[in-house]
Amino acid sequence: MIEVRELTKRYGSTLAVDNLSFDLRPGTVTGFLGANGSGKSTTMRLIVGLDRPDAGNVRIGGQRFRDLRWPLREVGSLLEAKSFHPGRSARGHLTALAASNAIPRHRVDEVLDLVGLASAAGRRAGKFSLGMAQRLGIAAALLGDPPVLLMDEPVNGLDPAGVHWIRDLLTSQAAQGRVVFVSSHLISEMALMANRLVVIGQGRLLADTTVAEMSAGAPSLEAAFLAMTDASAQYRAASPAPASRKEGSS
Amino acid sequence: MTALTARVPAGHYRFRHVARMEWIKLRSLRSTWWTLVIAAAGAIGIGVTVGINTRNAGGDLTNNALAGIVPSLLLMGVLGALAVTSEYSSGMIRTTLSAAPRRPLLLAAKAAVFGAVAVTVGEAASFIAFFAGGATLRHGIPAPTLTQPGVLRAVLLSGASFGLIGLLGLGLGAIVRHSGAAIAVVIGGVYVLPTLVSQVARGLGGYMPIDIIGNSLTTTKPELCPAHADYCPHFLSAWAGLGLLGLYAAAALTAGGWLLARRDA
Repeated sequence: MIEVRELTKRYGSTLAVDNLSFDLRPGTVTGFLGANGSGKSTTMRLIVGLDRPDAGNVRIGGQRFRDLRWPLREVGSLLEAKSFHPGRSARGHLTALAASNAIPRHRVDEVLDLVGLASAAGRRAGKFSLGMAQRLGIAAALLGDPPVLLMDEPVNGLDPAGVHWIRDLLTSQAAQGRVVFVSSHLISEMALMANRLVVIGQGRLLADTTVAEMSAGAPSLEAAFLAMTDASAQYRAASPAPASRKEGSS
Repeated sequence: MTALTARVPAGHYRFRHVARMEWIKLRSLRSTWWTLVIAAAGAIGIGVTVGINTRNAGGDLTNNALAGIVPSLLLMGVLGALAVTSEYSSGMIRTTLSAAPRRPLLLAAKAAVFGAVAVTVGEAASFIAFFAGGATLRHGIPAPTLTQPGVLRAVLLSGASFGLIGLLGLGLGAIVRHSGAAIAVVIGGVYVLPTLVSQVARGLGGYMPIDIIGNSLTTTKPELCPAHADYCPHFLSAWAGLGLLGLYAAAALTAGGWLLARRDA
């Protein structure tokens, strides 16, 4: 269980995350929805301790991320596709990570196989396509076989087969009882993958709900999302015609 | 989740695990090996060239053979800085911190591994440069030997200076974080600024990193002023120089570690 409590983060004068609270439960894929710049990535960064919140906190099984005993075995995260040194091979990258958490060497080959990078494992990762880079990031997240998976836009750069694969992977990981938290701006993807949804706008919680609940009473999940986020768009007050924007984008 | 967390083994990640990660990271980059080879080859090549061209048997022949140390240190300082800044430029830092979020421990492990590699390469380069520089002496000048006063110390401390300048660079890299800026700070701080300082405030000249290495660490006896010099900078003894250089590196690493622990990654 992950508990996000009253999380607030400012960058200069910009309030990126504003008093955000929600829980992530095991056995469920929770989708993380929000428009561009709504604070999804910042929230992910705050959960794994890359950035320090100005207020509030995150607890992972009751602990702060930095106090985890074996971080990679407890939380697997994919924050941005290119989070590796371009001069290192995929295998070198994963071998180094495995060493940091005393993960057995054979697990490196297992995850390389699992993400379909076994034949490219010796190549410099800097030469990888975005899809391959994404797969390497996913391999790193899965390396410690963790009970929590956090993925920011994991389908970015993946081909249709890859999208299908990651969807199956994440739903099966959740079915095994793991916490799975996935952000995406592809609503249709969320409709297929997630059971629960956390929706934010301008860093604030708009909804903490289920896919079924959110879609109810709207033509589609997308329509429900647009109606919800449009209400929070920051330029709404200044814009003379918010309604026309809603029509144009739905 | 309780069933899954139960699979997490007892204990917790420690310095040795993070150090292992850093060692694999360092050795799995070709650029590491190229830079180390060029630094060592430069130090040895210059020592040999100076040996061939030495005509004065009365000079500090050990210091001559070690003349390539100071230029090669530039590469060690830059390599140390890049060991940290490349994490930021590539985005690797996100992955590194997700595996080892205790940041001071991470920097300590990185510094220990890089420092050990730099000292090892430095000692090898210094000893090879010393023997090669001695062997290439001509004009009937006898090669210096390690048993002569101060010689072994000079060769050993020359090798140690690879580690200390490397760690100074690593600490500066952790402070600055941006590769280009860090390289500028390393070259500016270690090579350019001291030249300026020794012009403006000559008394401080002997306390600058490169002057410490050139005049205190790589010499068999502390540098002396030329006769009738109108001004003489204060040259540190070899051990005092080593200590001050160690303080510089420690200060940079401490500041870098303090900032690393407090800043957003």
